[in-house]
Amino acid sequence: MATKASRSAARFMLAPAVVLLLGWMLVPLIMTLWFSFTKYLPLRGDSMERGLDWVGFDNYVRFVSSSAFWPSVQTTLIMVGGVLVITIVFGVLLAMLLDQPMWGQGIVRILVIAPFFVMPTVSALVWKNMLMDPVNGMFSHLWRFFGAEPVAWLQDASISSIILIASWQWLPFATLILLTAIQSLDSEQLEAAEIDGAPPLKRFGYIVLPHLGRAITIVILIQTIFLLSIFAEIFVTTGGAFGTRTLTYLIFQRVIDSQNIGLGSAGGVYAIILANIVAIFLMRIVGKNLDQ
Amino acid sequence: MARSTTTRRKIITTAAAWTIGLLIFFPIYWTILTSFKTEAQAINDPPLFFFFDWTLENYAIVQERSAYMRFLWNSVIIAGGSTILGILIAVPAAWSMAFVPSVRTKDILLWMLSTKMLPAVGVLYPISLIFVQFNLLDTRIGLVVVLMLINLPIIVWMLYTYFREIPGEILEAARMDGATLREEIFYVLTPMAIPGIASTLLLNFILAWNEAFWTLNLTAAKAAPLTAFIASYSSPEGLFFAKLSAVSTMAIAPILILGWFSQKQLVRGLTFGAVK
Repeated sequence: MATKASRSAARFMLAPAVVLLLGWMLVPLIMTLWFSFTKYLPLRGDSMERGLDWVGFDNYVRFVSSSAFWPSVQTTLIMVGGVLVITIVFGVLLAMLLDQPMWGQGIVRILVIAPFFVMPTVSALVWKNMLMDPVNGMFSHLWRFFGAEPVAWLQDASISSIILIASWQWLPFATLILLTAIQSLDSEQLEAAEIDGAPPLKRFGYIVLPHLGRAITIVILIQTIFLLSIFAEIFVTTGGAFGTRTLTYLIFQRVIDSQNIGLGSAGGVYAIILANIVAIFLMRIVGKNLDQ
Repeated sequence: MARSTTTRRKIITTAAAWTIGLLIFFPIYWTILTSFKTEAQAINDPPLFFFFDWTLENYAIVQERSAYMRFLWNSVIIAGGSTILGILIAVPAAWSMAFVPSVRTKDILLWMLSTKMLPAVGVLYPISLIFVQFNLLDTRIGLVVVLMLINLPIIVWMLYTYFREIPGEILEAARMDGATLREEIFYVLTPMAIPGIASTLLLNFILAWNEAFWTLNLTAAKAAPLTAFIASYSSPEGLFFAKLSAVSTMAIAPILILGWFSQKQLVRGLTFGAVK
C-alpha cells in the first residue's frame, strides 16, 4: 500500500539511474547513427565543427561490400558457435559430475570456477606464451615429448586457439549456472525413474536435459552477447591477423586504425542490430521470470 | 553390497572430478609456479614442475622496472570507485522499484538490462570524442564513470532481486510505528539489505577489475589499470616467461581470492535473477 508521497519519492529516487542510463544509451547511439551517414575521415581534416558531408547509405553499402566483411562474419559465427558448443556440452557434463557426492567437492568447485576470475588480457597472454608458444610453450614440450612437430597454434590454428582460450574462460560460467539448475532438480524423480528401470541415457534425455532447458537457453543468450563483442583475447594474441578478425574487431580497426569513422559507425550500427536480435530473446525469458 | 558400490562410485567420481578440476586450473597453477622460476628455468625442456630454485627475483624486477604499484592503484581506484558510485545510484532506484512498484517497473528493469547489451565497439568513437571534449582521456575519473555506467544495470538488477526478498510487511509495520521514509531506509531496510549490497559490491568490483575494452581503449600511460599494463607485455617474444608470470600472478591474485567468496552471487548477478 504505497502512499502518494512515497510514490513521488520513489520516482525521485529512480530518476538518477534512469537519466544516467538514458544519456549513456542515447548520446553515443545518436552520434554513431549520425556519423554512419556521413563521410568522416579525421585524418583528412573532417570534423564535426566544420560540418560533415551527408552520404546517405554509402557507408552501409561499402561496409557490407568490402572484401573483409563476409570473412569477418564467418569468423564471428565460428568463434561464437564453437565456444557455445564446447561450453554447453562440457558444462552439462561437468555440472552433472560435480553434483555427485565426492570428497573435496568445495575445492574442485573452486578449481573449476577460477578461470572466470582471470582478467581477459592475462588469460590471453598466458595461453599465448606459456601454453601455445611454438618453441617454449607447454604444448610444444608435450608435442616434442611424443615425437611430434610442435604447432604454431596462433598462426596455423588461429581460430581454434582463440575458441579454446575463450572456452576456458567461459566454461566456469556455464558450469556454475548449470550446476545451480541441476541442484534444483527433484532427486526423487530421478530415483523413481531408476527404480522403474530407465537406463542412464534415457534418464538424462527425458528428465535432466528438459529440466536444464531454460538454464541452457540463458547460458547461450548471455554468452552470445558477451562473445559477440570479444576483444581483448584477439587484441593481445593475433591482433586480428591469421583470419581471426571478427565483426567487432573489424569495426575496431575501421575506427581506430584506419580512422574511417563513417564506415566504422555503419559497422557499429550493424553490430548493435545483431546484438539486439539476441537480446530480445534474452529479455523475453528474463521478463517472464519477473512476473512469477 | 550397496554400500561398497556407492563407495566405489564415490571414488571414481572423486578421481574424475579432481582430474578435470586440476586440468582446468592448470594454466593458473603453471603461471603461479613459473613466476617463482628464473627465466632459464621457465623455458626448460622438459618443464620443471617442482624441483627448481625457487626465487622471488621476478617480483622484485617487475616492481622496480615498471611502476607496478601505480597500475595496481589505478585498478583499485577505477574498480572500487565505479562500484561504489554505482551502488550509491542504484540503491535508491532498486529500493523504489522493489517496494513501490508501478505499472512501468518491469519495462524500466528490462530497458536497463537492454542498455547492457549495447556492443561497446558500436559507440567507441562517440565515447572517445566525448572524452577528448571533456579532457577525460587517460584519466581515472573518466573510466570510473564509464565502468559505473556499463555495470549499473547489473547492480540495479542484483539489488532489486535482493530487495524483493525482504518482506514488505516489515516496512509497513515500521511505517505504522511512525517511521519516516528516511528512518525506514536507514534503520529498517539497510540492515536487512547489507548482505545483498555486499554481494553486489563484490561481484561488480570483480567485473570492473577485469573489464578489458574501455580500459584498453581509453587509457594510455597515466590512468592505465592492470588490464592495460598486462596487454603491454604482448609484444616481446622469448626470455620473459617468468616475469610475465609474476605480473600476471599479481594482477589476478586479489580477484581470485575475492572470487571464491562470490561464487553464489555470480549466478544470480549474471543471469539477472533468472537462475537462482
